[in-house]
Amino acid sequence: MAIERLVVADRTAFLRRPDYRTVRVLALLGLVGLWELVTRTGWVSSLFLPAPSGVLAEGLDMARSGQLLVHLARSLERLAWGFGIGAVAGVGVGVAVGFFALADAVVQPVIAATFPIPKIALLPLLILWLGIGEASKVAVVALGVFFPMAINTYAGVRQADPLLIRAAVSFGAGRWSVIRKVVLPSALPMVFAGLKLGAGTALLLLVAAEQIAADAGIGFLILQSGNLMETTRLMVGIVVLSLLGVVSYWAIGALERAVIRWRHT
Amino acid sequence: MRVVVERLGKTYHDRQGRDVVALRQVDFAVETREFVALLGPSGCGKSTLLGIIAGLLPPSAGRVYFEGEPRPGRAPVTATVFQEFALFPWRTVRANVEFGLEELGVSGSERAERARRYLDMTGLAGFEGKYPHQLSGGMRQRVGIARALAVEPAVLLLDEPFSALDAQTRTLMMDELLGIWERTRQTILYVTHNIQEAVFMADRVIVLSRRPGEVLDTVPIALPRPRRESQQGDPVFVQTADRIWGLIKSQAQAALLDDQTVTEREG
Repeated sequence: MAIERLVVADRTAFLRRPDYRTVRVLALLGLVGLWELVTRTGWVSSLFLPAPSGVLAEGLDMARSGQLLVHLARSLERLAWGFGIGAVAGVGVGVAVGFFALADAVVQPVIAATFPIPKIALLPLLILWLGIGEASKVAVVALGVFFPMAINTYAGVRQADPLLIRAAVSFGAGRWSVIRKVVLPSALPMVFAGLKLGAGTALLLLVAAEQIAADAGIGFLILQSGNLMETTRLMVGIVVLSLLGVVSYWAIGALERAVIRWRHT
Repeated sequence: MRVVVERLGKTYHDRQGRDVVALRQVDFAVETREFVALLGPSGCGKSTLLGIIAGLLPPSAGRVYFEGEPRPGRAPVTATVFQEFALFPWRTVRANVEFGLEELGVSGSERAERARRYLDMTGLAGFEGKYPHQLSGGMRQRVGIARALAVEPAVLLLDEPFSALDAQTRTLMMDELLGIWERTRQTILYVTHNIQEAVFMADRVIVLSRRPGEVLDTVPIALPRPRRESQQGDPVFVQTADRIWGLIKSQAQAALLDDQTVTEREG
């Protein structure tokens, strides 16, 4: 009788996901190269799409003359205040609503009713209340950050392991100890997820607010350049925004890794 | 300290709103420095009972009290070792052991001193800076035991502390716990569903029935101390274990067939 030999093959080969590091870099460079090409050949007018090299040169120019810094500083200041206030308030409310049943009963319906409102729609009202200056812009950014932070923190608090809470109580922990030593650390991964969401919303609302009423800031720079058909300056603003988004996302990630050292995943 | 459990009852509502009697008229006492095992089939409410004694669950009837010499300062009466360890994942081994001491308001230097003593006693020296996820199950439960011992409780409550461990580790840990107890001599109430474990370690075994949990019998263990693993072949050991198995065999069979059996960790 003939003997058949079946060698076992790896059947999961197609599930593997290699890293393709070089492809990542090449794809980005290729896109920028293509962009440069279509503008250099005159196939697309530089009035509508300036070349990347032009945008870079203009950006360096603006940085040297200090105008870019003025706009960037104003935007960063608004962002820092709005993000800070929104994040702190969001975490505070999230913990209170997640931990105290009474706070849950009072605040939960209010959040459910106000969360769906696009925050930018509130800017005219905020300007009416707080004036056209910095306060209304900071407030709209803070509102945008507050909701994802409050909702994420709430979810994180609710997810805290009841067994750990019981263990803490069994060792004599009271309400505040439980919040500080069990509930908050449990919620931290969700808090950081909220910070990342909030960073995107903050940038969006900042630019929107600066395009409605401002005399400086990246959003203002983009709007003004657009009105004057200065497309290269406009593109500089957009690139700065993109960098701002990337840097803030990276910074939050780095902070998360520094704070949450116990996570092994 | 002596633990007295008096006519304890616990009823709770299941999801359909029906009353479930978990414990009924449970009466027993654990004498000072005694090692008592609370044994029963799954679903007999033994973890619920331990939770009530620890003050983590309210009883529906009856009461629990402790009797003994007044303890100095804020020294706690009970400390619990949990089945699933319940270590704080964001705290290092040392910080986990210091948790109870922080809540007692013990000063930083004394905390470190006491943590060191109990880390040494439980064989955790050299692991102080590790996080729980970096440890094996046996090492994690050592942290759980050190955390409970560190507050120097009058009564140590252990809720199936080794049932999440593999058989070899469990045997080693039982030996170590006995060794520690021979030195510290707290009153111990040890919940388990494992007859060998109960007979090997305890002075007395309180056997609980299936839901509703009631005390079926109390079996004294006439084995000399210090206990050695080799005693598990001793005729007294075998007979005692057989007697207890006889008490709960039909109950365990019924529990196996009963699809209504709720796992014991509810509540």
